[in-house]
Amino acid sequence: MSTAWTIATKDLRERLRDRSAYIMGIVAPLALALIFGFALNPLKNYEFSATYAVVDLDGSEVSRLFVDDVLRQAPGVEVLQLATTEEGLALVESDGNPFAETEGTTADALYIIPRGFGADVQSEREVDLQVVGNAMAESNAGIAVALAQGYASELTSVRITVATVEGLLQREVDRFTTGLAVLATPYPTTITDISAETKQLDGITFYAAGMAIFFLFFSVQFGVTSLLEERQAGTLSRLLAAPISKRSIITGKLISAFLVGIVSVAVLMIATTLVLDADWGNPVGVALLVVAAVLSAMGITALISSFARTAEQATSMVTVAGVILGFLGGTFFDVAQAGGIVADLRFVSPHAWFMQGLADLSAGDLGVVVVPVLVLLAFGLVTGALGMAGIGKGLRP
Amino acid sequence: MNSTTLTGFVLECSGIRKKFGDLVAVDGVGFHIAPGETYGLLGPNGAGKTTTISIIAGLLERDAGEVSIAGEVMNPQSTAAKRHVGLVPQDLAIYPDLDARENLRFFGKLYGMRGAELNQRVDEVLEIIELRDRASDRSEEYSGGMKRRLNIGIGLLHRPTLLILDEPTVGVDPQSRNAILESVEQLGEQGMAVLYTTHYMEEAERLCDRIGIIDQGTIRAEGTQQELVQLVGQRDRVRLVATGNLTAGAAALGNLADVDESAVTADGIDLIVKAAHNRLPEILAAATRTGVSVAGVDVDTANLEALFLHLTGRALRE
Ligand SMILES: Nc1ncnc2c1ncn2[C@@H]1O[C@H](COP(=O)(O)OP(=O)(O)O)[C@@H](O)[C@H]1O
Ligand SMILES: [Mg+2]
Repeated sequence: MSTAWTIATKDLRERLRDRSAYIMGIVAPLALALIFGFALNPLKNYEFSATYAVVDLDGSEVSRLFVDDVLRQAPGVEVLQLATTEEGLALVESDGNPFAETEGTTADALYIIPRGFGADVQSEREVDLQVVGNAMAESNAGIAVALAQGYASELTSVRITVATVEGLLQREVDRFTTGLAVLATPYPTTITDISAETKQLDGITFYAAGMAIFFLFFSVQFGVTSLLEERQAGTLSRLLAAPISKRSIITGKLISAFLVGIVSVAVLMIATTLVLDADWGNPVGVALLVVAAVLSAMGITALISSFARTAEQATSMVTVAGVILGFLGGTFFDVAQAGGIVADLRFVSPHAWFMQGLADLSAGDLGVVVVPVLVLLAFGLVTGALGMAGIGKGLRP
Repeated sequence: MNSTTLTGFVLECSGIRKKFGDLVAVDGVGFHIAPGETYGLLGPNGAGKTTTISIIAGLLERDAGEVSIAGEVMNPQSTAAKRHVGLVPQDLAIYPDLDARENLRFFGKLYGMRGAELNQRVDEVLEIIELRDRASDRSEEYSGGMKRRLNIGIGLLHRPTLLILDEPTVGVDPQSRNAILESVEQLGEQGMAVLYTTHYMEEAERLCDRIGIIDQGTIRAEGTQQELVQLVGQRDRVRLVATGNLTAGAAALGNLADVDESAVTADGIDLIVKAAHNRLPEILAAATRTGVSVAGVDVDTANLEALFLHLTGRALRE
């Protein structure tokens, strides 16, 4: 055990000198949680009603989606669909005099969806969605802007995350595979009303939890890939020549991976609690979920890495798997609300169990974490055992 | 050799065999090293040197054969035997994010060293490898020569009974190379048993008390330098720097009286000749006759390179 500890502390020391470790483990998940949490949940805690006018000059599938699924679904929002820009403007303008009595219907804001909007969204070009606010209804107009921005962020959150991972790893993520994962995911419905039977975390906690487990896979994997790195660096020969057992080498790697995983999630949780008022729930339940999640991440990355020959290969493979499992598991938007197959399918991903465990914990008592914790542990044990068998066999110079 | 006591040797190995798929990388290698002796494994790239020492150091399983270090049977599970061995791998094996002291301390701990003993020994080794001043800098910032020295220092740290160095001078500038050779010489003088692999004849001649010449996984000849050279008899190596039809030239020259071996090299023809100074005129005449034009002639009195050519029909450096 003392040998394993010697190896673990050596690994941690190396890790502490690696700036990308902090970014991957703490900075990136925190920043993304913030961005998503604020951008995507503008309506949290507001009770309001508003009337928005929409002129859809595009008439595409995407613009219909925006009107029907975003605007119409927003609580308290009434939508007036109009044919021309002039008609729309008439509803939000009051002849330059904000205090003039207006006849008939007015709107708090007007959305003008330009021609080519749908095509721009689909080809990832800059999207130009105009919002004209009614001077009489400043706050409701502001929310209209936020809604539009929220929609744009939903679209880009997927891209931002993939690009962030790419940037940190300094290599391209398999866009085809991640593209498939994105297509398989239903359209996000974060601003729909929350039905009573689906327990949900508040916005910032939801995204912090999602990013925590999403990035956990990347911060934990170094434990396994460092074995491959040691082989490439030649130091594995030295470890194998030393009077120590193979088991203590592997144990050392597991200890360091575990500690890195726990510390990065813990820092993220503490930071979001202090700075953003995130509400994680019963500390004991949270701790159990985190430990189980770290173990499942270790197992899965070990299994994936056991198929890799080099550390780079392992990193790419884990990245693809991490992104797919992250999407499936609903770390970017709440797939649970999608219903149907997608909502059920998410449970093949440990991410979903972690998120569900936290959500249930926020509404229920400690007992509700038992099932998610056991499932996460099972994930970790099964994949870990298979992974370790492969890695142990490959432990040659 | 078999009559000596088992415990007399630092290393005894015999019949080592290792296959990679269909390739027999090591085929029946055996030798022994006495305390304080420096033993050289001399052979070209791919001869099986690294595979042999990987088995001796307990990194690789062997298909057949015996290895014992200081009386302990060596295999990948044997921590008792591994304790006696210090390994300096062919390629650099250091942690670039750690400084020299941290690298040394880490490996010292793996060999069970602790506390004051470890600190003192780390200082000693830093002195030996001349890295005291840079001991707290990350090793990735070191020059190539400094990294090499640290690589060797790690192997020395736990005062092994047997130090194994695998081609430690490959890719090293001449100055660092000389420093490395000097420190190996010193270790030998201090009584450490050393197993040194190389494909440089000069290094084997300079450092080693005994040399095993290895080629295609087998030891072709073994002994002190004098013993080995005597195997070739009073033969000299004649190196012709030449152009033209070298294959035909080598064949023709090989048929001359007193020419034992002839081989085409990168820049001409190498010959093994009895009392070469008597035969040079004839050799040059025959070369010209077969359409080989000779630009230079170099005669070496018998050495290991001549022996290698004699044993294998190939030049050591191709
Ligand atoms: N892990 C391996 N797998 C397959 N072939 C190998 C492996 N290691 C060495 N070999 C082959 O075994 C032979 C001996 O290699 P090696 O021991 O490295 O020679 P040397 O150290 O003398 O250059 C070479 O032909 C090499 O290609
Ligand atoms: Mg070699």
